[in-house]
Amino acid sequence: MAEPPVRPLRGRDPLGLRRALSDRLLPALVGAMALLAALALAGADGAGRLAERWQQGEAGQLMLQLPRETPLEPVIARLSALPGVAAVAVIPEERLRQLLAPWLGEVPGLPLPRMLGITMRMEMDQIPLLEMAQSIPGAQLELRSEAVRLAMRLAEGLRALSLVMLGIIGLVAAALVAVATRAGIAARRETILILHELGARDADIAGRFARRLAWLCALGAAGGLAFAIPALWYLAIQALPVVLAREALPDDLPWAALALLPPAAALIGWLTALVTLRIWLRRLP
Amino acid sequence: MVRFSQVGLRYPEGEGAWALTGIDFALAPGSFSWLLGPSGAGKTSLLGLMHLSLRPTEGEVEVLDARVARLPRRGFPALRRRIGVVFQDYRLLPHLSVFENAALPLRIQGLTEARLTADVQEILRWVGLLNRADSAPTSLSGGEQQRLALARAVVARPALLIADEPTGNLDPAQARRVISLLREMHRLGTTVIVATHSEALPEEYPAPILRLDSGRLTSHG
Repeated sequence: MAEPPVRPLRGRDPLGLRRALSDRLLPALVGAMALLAALALAGADGAGRLAERWQQGEAGQLMLQLPRETPLEPVIARLSALPGVAAVAVIPEERLRQLLAPWLGEVPGLPLPRMLGITMRMEMDQIPLLEMAQSIPGAQLELRSEAVRLAMRLAEGLRALSLVMLGIIGLVAAALVAVATRAGIAARRETILILHELGARDADIAGRFARRLAWLCALGAAGGLAFAIPALWYLAIQALPVVLAREALPDDLPWAALALLPPAAALIGWLTALVTLRIWLRRLP
Repeated sequence: MVRFSQVGLRYPEGEGAWALTGIDFALAPGSFSWLLGPSGAGKTSLLGLMHLSLRPTEGEVEVLDARVARLPRRGFPALRRRIGVVFQDYRLLPHLSVFENAALPLRIQGLTEARLTADVQEILRWVGLLNRADSAPTSLSGGEQQRLALARAVVARPALLIADEPTGNLDPAQARRVISLLREMHRLGTTVIVATHSEALPEEYPAPILRLDSGRLTSHG
């Protein structure tokens, strides 16, 4: 007589974790966390880009006005050697005439001073620059406007706040995973004890929980990201014409950071479950 | 093989009442022994110490030539894998099939599907459950569940087989079948100890007896 076929029911899931740790509630909660994390990431990235633009753009430059007879090369060399100076550039006379045209009109023969645009590194001390400007006869230094300085500080503050939010979201996600893990332990307590008594290592049992929770967290984060990307794109379309005076481009979204969200969620799930299980298993004889 | 020296056990956590006191005995390799005593005598506690699910409050337990007190925690899983245990309440996993329940010890050892399938089929045939391999344990009768528990206990060819009241919930015919399987394991060289409160079984199958009463060993031999 032919032997009946032997088909394992759940050979790769001896702890029954597919049922004990269901693929509904936890992924939904992690998905919500991922959505918030994506918004925080985009906020941090946007604020960083804005601060960078202000730092590098004309608005972030200091202007040094020199008499026409002052030789430029030695002044540029001295300026470049100062601490905190990122770049020194000569403003072309044509550009100066364009800037003055709204007030003076077209005056071709009007003698203009020489102008140097100085880009400083973020929040560097400007006193050495002031001292140097005073040492050049006839030189006048126009300091960065207070408004630009405040705007840059605001952008940096927003960036820091977004990163703090990201950290808090990570901690909340870890707490969620810890609660889910403990619920899974409660649901499979007897099974864990039996496997333990049959000689399963703590690492094997904890590893199975950790892999299941990592998968659920990655799944949830991917779902959250699927909602976050259209929302972020919509925000970019609305905000960029106002903030940067241009249309939004696909590159404006922080794709690399967003792509890291599911692996980061998986890592949080894996680590939290592993630590929770290892602590619980240490109580067993 | 197994040696208990002045072993005592208190519940809970070494602070409560003494479940066992002054236990001294040794089991020779390849022996078959009965552990006899009324309910509450401490049989399950003694077997728990033997299969490392309990730690003694005092005295020394030596299992498979390893001194339990001196064994680091990471050494326990390897030792447990050499011990097969049949529990009175079977302790089968209801979410796994009969095949998967029997295969658990081999999976824990990391055997591949190809290697373990033949062994599990052989052991299920031995206990008469091969035709129920796909069934859920809850669909089995009490006797069948106990035979499945026995299959799980012996599938990894343990050096020590511990059975706690394996016939307690069975009718005489099923009980005789389970005891025959345990004796067959003994014939194959496994050290076997069977706890029971029945005086009839040792009379039917004579073997050395450890007799427990109120947590004390009253006779050995």
